[in-house]
Amino acid sequence: MVSQHGVQGVLGEDGIHVDMQHLKSGEVNLGTSIMAINFKDGVILGADSRTTTGAYIANRVTDKLTQVHDTIWCCRSGSAADTQAVADIVSYHLNMYGVVNDEAPSTQVAASLFQELCYENKDALSAGIIIAGYDPRHGGQVYSIPLGGSLHKQSFAIGGSGSTYIYGYTDAHWKDNMTEEEGIDFVRSALQEAIKWDGSSGGVIRMVVLTNRGAVRHLYLPDTNYTGPGVTN
Amino acid sequence: MTGFDFSNYNRNAALHARGVPLPKATSTGTTIVGCIYDNGVVIAADTRATSGPIVADKNCEKLHYIAPKIWCAGAGTAADTEFTTALISSNVELHSLSTGRDPRVITCMTMLKQHLFRYQGHIGAYLVVAGVDPTGVGLYTVHAHGSTDKLPYVTMGSGSLAAMSVFESMWQPDLDKEGAIALCAEAIKAGIFNDLGSGSNVDVCVIEKDKPTKLLRNYMKPNERGLKERNYRFPKGTTAWLNQKVISKEDLKKYVTIETLSGDDNLAAGEKMEVDV
Repeated sequence: MVSQHGVQGVLGEDGIHVDMQHLKSGEVNLGTSIMAINFKDGVILGADSRTTTGAYIANRVTDKLTQVHDTIWCCRSGSAADTQAVADIVSYHLNMYGVVNDEAPSTQVAASLFQELCYENKDALSAGIIIAGYDPRHGGQVYSIPLGGSLHKQSFAIGGSGSTYIYGYTDAHWKDNMTEEEGIDFVRSALQEAIKWDGSSGGVIRMVVLTNRGAVRHLYLPDTNYTGPGVTN
Repeated sequence: MTGFDFSNYNRNAALHARGVPLPKATSTGTTIVGCIYDNGVVIAADTRATSGPIVADKNCEKLHYIAPKIWCAGAGTAADTEFTTALISSNVELHSLSTGRDPRVITCMTMLKQHLFRYQGHIGAYLVVAGVDPTGVGLYTVHAHGSTDKLPYVTMGSGSLAAMSVFESMWQPDLDKEGAIALCAEAIKAGIFNDLGSGSNVDVCVIEKDKPTKLLRNYMKPNERGLKERNYRFPKGTTAWLNQKVISKEDLKKYVTIETLSGDDNLAAGEKMEVDV
């Protein structure tokens, strides 16, 4: 049987072929620049604020830094729907953990929960997540979970489409045990560079600083060349 | 568990692999918007429903009830927005009854996103969720794949670009009720006039703290059909004839068999269509 539109599907062994790329068209994507770093007193997470559907910017002030426990946060990249769903599930489990054990979960526990979900559902998910947290026992920690669902503990991690432009920059400028000011400057400069070169990244720069004093949010606007206003809570 | 049956989807995919064209992909022909103001939230929608290139309904309702103070504007597949909002409305009411509290907008948004995520985008519902609850004013967008956004002003559907251009040039952080209604109506009009998928009238819903919700059906009618300036109908007797012969039904039975049909609905079996809003 010949149709006007031609044969488009491919018949698999089971007689059914489902093309994931085709099914997922029109999905909301986080074409993104995200990163998280260790510094002297804890960790800093940073992200741009652009979400896109194809060529259209669906949200120019997105918050890609998501809280999953008091001082455990994550940076989301990939599909907005997938990463929100995963973060919501992890958030639920960590809150239950906190209540049952009467003790805050460690960053590693959070990272393992993310890995479990990302690895076991790797065929259905497009999610690249960076987890960063502070707990009194281990201090600040940064974990990265790229597409396949592997888990990497790193001194700093970068991710998203914009990260390809700043591998050289971050490697050349990285220092261990930076001060908070140096750390914020490092993240802001790196993300500014990623936004400059990556068309899928843009908008404002959001940051979260996690230390023994809790979580502090920062905001840097393009209007002032990403110099301020800084702390927002 | 309540939900949808997708068994025919695999059959269609298999048929498609053998060369049968799939049913025509659905597109969103709609403009829906939402905007918060000092004491509440306004949502608005156009009233055109399309089936491919045909206008299926010139004055449909795209503003859906969830709870007395939570309403939804829907774009995408008409049937999906209708059934998804009805299902969540039902569950929200049961949840409210079991907790003994007023329902929250974020609860409703979470139930919608978890429902839509489970169906991986196959339920083509693109929604603007708005309302007022004990925690304050809420305004969210929910995409068919299950992603959500929280913003002070939002647009969705094929007319979202036209509508967003109005918001981006005219929105202010200190809007009052009248200003928010006027801005939303203006955004919908931008969709009606500049987007082929949107058209006809403007529906508005105003949800305000400590006041009953107001659904302003056909708040604006910028496309009323005017009266025709002239009558082009030919008067009776325009065509000349040479002779005339009247045959009664009884006489006709001599020449042909006559069967009288009942007014059965199935006569219009060829009218089955997928409708988009």
